[in-house]
This record gives sequence, C-alpha cells and structure tokens, in this order.
Amino acid sequence: MTGEEIRQVVLDILERIAPDEDLSGLDDAVAFREQMELDSMDFLDIVMELRKAYRIQIPEEDYHNLNTMATTVSYLTPKLKDVPVAG
Amino acid sequence: MALDDRIVITGIGLTSPNGNTLAEFRQNLLDGRSGVVDYETRYMGPVLAGVCNFDELRYQKRKEVRRGTRAGSIAVYCSHEAVNDSGLDWANVDKSRVGVYLGITEHGNVETENEIYEISKFEYDTKVWSHHHNPRTVANNSAGEVTLSLGVTGPHLTIGAACAAGNAGFIQAAQMLRLDECDIAIAGGVSESIHTFGIFASFQSQGALATHSDPTKACRPFDMQRNGIVVAEGGGICTVERLPDALARGAKIYGEIIGHAMNSDASDFVLPNATRQAECIRLAMSRAGITADDIDIVSSHATATEQGDIEEGNALKAVFGGTKAVINNTKSFIGHAMGAAGALELLGNLPSFDDGMAHATINLENPDSRCALPNLVANEPRNLGEVKCILNNSFGMLGINSVLIVKRFES
Repeated sequence: MTGEEIRQVVLDILERIAPDEDLSGLDDAVAFREQMELDSMDFLDIVMELRKAYRIQIPEEDYHNLNTMATTVSYLTPKLKDVPVAG
Repeated sequence: MALDDRIVITGIGLTSPNGNTLAEFRQNLLDGRSGVVDYETRYMGPVLAGVCNFDELRYQKRKEVRRGTRAGSIAVYCSHEAVNDSGLDWANVDKSRVGVYLGITEHGNVETENEIYEISKFEYDTKVWSHHHNPRTVANNSAGEVTLSLGVTGPHLTIGAACAAGNAGFIQAAQMLRLDECDIAIAGGVSESIHTFGIFASFQSQGALATHSDPTKACRPFDMQRNGIVVAEGGGICTVERLPDALARGAKIYGEIIGHAMNSDASDFVLPNATRQAECIRLAMSRAGITADDIDIVSSHATATEQGDIEEGNALKAVFGGTKAVINNTKSFIGHAMGAAGALELLGNLPSFDDGMAHATINLENPDSRCALPNLVANEPRNLGEVKCILNNSFGMLGINSVLIVKRFES
C-alpha cells in the first residue's frame, strides 16, 4: 500500500467508528481528537479494525503514533508497504 | 393507602412488532393485525419472529447505536417516547431523583454470540474480541444506556426475571417510589432476544418453537393447532410517579398500580404451576384490597405451549370462574416479547379504560378443551362498556410469577 492508500484505509475506519462525523475537511496535521468526537473506546476501535483487516499488532506504547492522520500514516507505512489493500 | 404510596402511570413509550406508539399498537390489537413475520437467524435459517421497526436514530446518533446494544436502543427509544408523552418539563427535572428500572429476560447472549461468530472468522483469535463486549453485556446495559441518553443520574438497574420481567420492572418502580429512592421512575421491560439464534434453537430443541406457513397465524394460545412460541423483540416503558406528584403537575394519568405480587413455583425449571400462579394472582388482589369480581380484563401470559396454556387456564378458572372478568392475550398478535412481554401486554390493554373495549386473542379457531375459558375474548374485540380494572399476568422459567393490577384512575 502507498501512503495515500493507507490514509484511505484509516479514513474508512474513522467513518465506520464515527459515522456521524463529516471527515471531508480532516486536517492531517491536527490530532484526531481535536477534530472529532473520539474517546478511548473509539481509539481502540481503530487499533482493532487494523488488527482485523491487516493482522497488525500495535503495542500500547506505540499508540501515541496514532495521534494525527500524518503520524498514523507514517507509523503504518513500513508495516503495510508490502500489504495489498483489503478487499 | 397513604396518598404518597399510590403509584400512577403518566407516560408511555413502546415499540412492538405491530406498532411503535400506543395508538398504533392499540389499533392493531383491535383490528386483529399480527406483527409476526418470516425471519432469518444465523445457523438456523428461516424462523418466525416478532420484529420491531422503530426509528433507532430518532433519539440516538449512529455512533451510539453502533456502540450500544439492540436492547439499549429499544430502551432509549421507549424511554424518550415515555418522557415526551408524560408532559414532564424534562429540562428542569432533577435527574438525580429519576430512577430507571427495566425488566429483562436475559442479556448478553446476542452480543456474546456475535463476538464468537466474529472471532470464528479469525480462527478464534481472542485478540480480535471486542473491547465493547463488557459494556454491552453487563446486565444493567439497557437501563444504563437510558441514563446516558437522558442524563439521568439517579439509580438504574435491570431486573432479571425471565418472562415475568415486564411486570417486575413496574413493581420495582412502585417500590422504589414508595421508598423515596426517586421521584420519577422510568420503568418497564425490554427484549432483543431475536438477534441471536440461541433462544430459537433452545425452544426448538424443547419442541416449543412455533411453525406455520402463515406467520400471522403462528402464535395460537389456547388453540388445539398451536405448536409453540414465536420469539419477539420489543419494549414497553412508562414514566411512573407518586400520585400527589402527578396531580400537582396536572399529569395525564393512564392508570393506577393498585396491586402487585411476585412468587416462585419451586417446582420445575420450565414447567409452570397453576397453584402458584393462582396464589400470585390472589396475593396481588388481596394487596389491592379487591376480589376477582372487581377485575374486568385479565391479560393472560399464555405463550401457546400446551403445558403453559393448560396450567394458566387452570389458574384462571380457579380464580376467575363465575366472575365477569374477560381474558385476552397479546402474544397471539406479536409473539413472545420476553422481557418486554408483560409490559407490552399491559400497555396494549390500558386504553380499555377510555374505549371500554377488550382486545381479543387471535388465531383461536379450535379451542383446546383442556384450557377452555368461558370468558376468553376470541378473535374479535369485545365491547365491555366500562373497564375499571386490568390484571396482567407474566410468568417465566425457573418458576417466577408476577401479577400487576392497574385501575382506571378516579380522583
């Protein structure tokens, strides 16, 4: 997956776990929690969705990497660069 | 009885397989319209069920629906409807003085089965077991979701009482109001049971799951051609208050809870017990200070199982033989709504205080002589002219019985 494809994967997950939010203006440089209603259970949903779709294990000490879209894509890129987008 | 101990129903919210408001539900009961439909459940394929079709998004965001449970959504919908109907100035109600008391038959089966199905797609890797599982499956889930949605900070709990739970929710509310634990109770019963295969499969294994080529004719209490239970979902929730509080704010009063009782068969896991049922009915009437002659309508529990219908028939004959009380049955229209059954069955009858009609039990084409009841309202509603007192039966597995008596309010 390219960085852009990873971004779309994360965006799709966010749309599923926060279906009432309009994410069209999401700023990749700003923390998710500052732009949308996202609590700790929602955050764990992101981790769980990635685990289910791509079998990625994200250890708790790495959670801070999922702060913004930019840091999330950056963190996931080495893990997903050889993985195709799930169908 | 002291004025403060008199308890009244002041607002109603419901969802049933044949109606999402009291008016719609009542009209369909009078019109003989069933809510039972064909239904698909995982592993079992086609079954019959009573399915609700209310607007989940009327009072919840999509995220709240996703995070919570079906029982929670049913409870939230019905509670908001009840509060709206009550005329309470909700914004100015002291939420710390509101209690939520909901009867449930069971809870957690739906969510647990869904999660097991989910991890089955991952070779049963428990690392994909949802972190939402625990808040979804705690026994207080449905009542807790109501507090979150309505901002209630008073007590909340669910009352696990098998299929006697609907009445049990109201009884808990009356008791908590009398104990001054709250000033307003949001009370009744809910069920999401149709959303997992287990309840269907268990009744099938027990030889107690109804089948019929026409879903609307599947639930046939007291009829020789009955062949079991139709499982349904639903919710019936009321605002319940002490009489002086209701009078002080000029509330509409649907009825007064004048008597209630619960007891236990102590005889079998699943088979009912006419003697204990009759004792429970008599205890409720005794507490209400009335006799069988004062009851106009008996809302029967009968689920369309042979033993259940016969046992309740015996109890009703023993208590109400020779009286004017007529007997009807709501499950024949909507199936068995489990934790919601007792609540819905009461609420569908309450408009009798205004219109004088007793709705029927439908699908009674060939009455079983073993549970023949002379005053059964068969297939067509009956105009009683005046209805003052309704007695509502709700019985459940492990031998739990509950009876509620509601009287037309007269100042």
